[in-house]
Amino acid sequence: MKETTLAMSVWRGDAAGGAFRDYRVPARPGQTVLDVVTWIQRHIDPGLSYRYACRVGMCGTCAMTVNGKPRWTCRTLVGTVAPDLRLSVAPLANLPVVKDLACDMTQFFDKWRRAEGRFQAAPGSAADFAVVPPESAARQAADAGIECIGCAVCYAACDVVSWNPAYLGPAALNRAWTLVNDVRDGAQAARLAAVAGDAGCHACHSHQSCREHCPKQLNPTAAIAGLKRLATLAALKGEI
Amino acid sequence: MSRARAEALLWLAQRASAAVLGVWVPIHLVTIVAAVRGGLSATEILERTQGSAAWAVYYAVFVLAVSIHAPIGLRTVARETLGWRGPGLELATLAAGVALALFGWRAVAGLVMA
Repeated sequence: MKETTLAMSVWRGDAAGGAFRDYRVPARPGQTVLDVVTWIQRHIDPGLSYRYACRVGMCGTCAMTVNGKPRWTCRTLVGTVAPDLRLSVAPLANLPVVKDLACDMTQFFDKWRRAEGRFQAAPGSAADFAVVPPESAARQAADAGIECIGCAVCYAACDVVSWNPAYLGPAALNRAWTLVNDVRDGAQAARLAAVAGDAGCHACHSHQSCREHCPKQLNPTAAIAGLKRLATLAALKGEI
Repeated sequence: MSRARAEALLWLAQRASAAVLGVWVPIHLVTIVAAVRGGLSATEILERTQGSAAWAVYYAVFVLAVSIHAPIGLRTVARETLGWRGPGLELATLAAGVALALFGWRAVAGLVMA
């Protein structure tokens, strides 16, 4: 029986530039895009660089541009995205390329820091256990965005990031929103000041590409809308 | 005023002016269509608007909303498509707003003053 093959087009290059290179890879049932990239590296081209760790959709390291769309490759079945057995794989958009399919994530995580995306305990909060009712509105708002794995798919999908390199991006703002809704956190005014303005939530055009592409089905656009409301209220009160 | 606060207030001003325009623009368009299809001449339209406090207030508010909304939007377009930022852009935004307001109110005066 003749073996079915995938027509792969993989971007090869570095920060200075590059181009797509074609490969033919055996098609297998249940094959993921990451499986295919790994097959190329192990059987055709050992020099192919890419990044992955867990292979089960938890670590957020394997995102790439697959047939023009940002996706987590470890959980993307070839049969789903390439029924015609033609597949292009490129590095994520909006991030500098290190080599081939591996991007430099530094700016992505720097923006989490700039958005005050770390928990800062309120003074005195360590004295006793905090009681956070799971059904409270704030906790539910935080829970809605808490499962972010930091894959940068939303960041690559965001038009505003491509237009405004300083824009914090959907993931950092979503992280800030989870903390804004954390009643134990004591740095809310500083966080709202950090996420307001041209580089922050107010720059979002609500295109919802982040929501469309998020592999965890999160809705950063809603988180950003929440930040817009709170930051604007804080501006009216003169708190930021 | 902090930059974050200024940006947040500009965002609010644009949304608030958009809310006004959302009501004002349909009224304006329906009025134009009704007047033209009703066969009113320019003279007959002016006979109805001149001396009318209601039309004066309506169009004065319209001009104010446009003068706030449009420059802030153009400022964003300039930043995102031209990469223009800094004091020059802020001055140009202010100038666009002032020009729209002055020309617009001048037109309103022509419409409602005898």
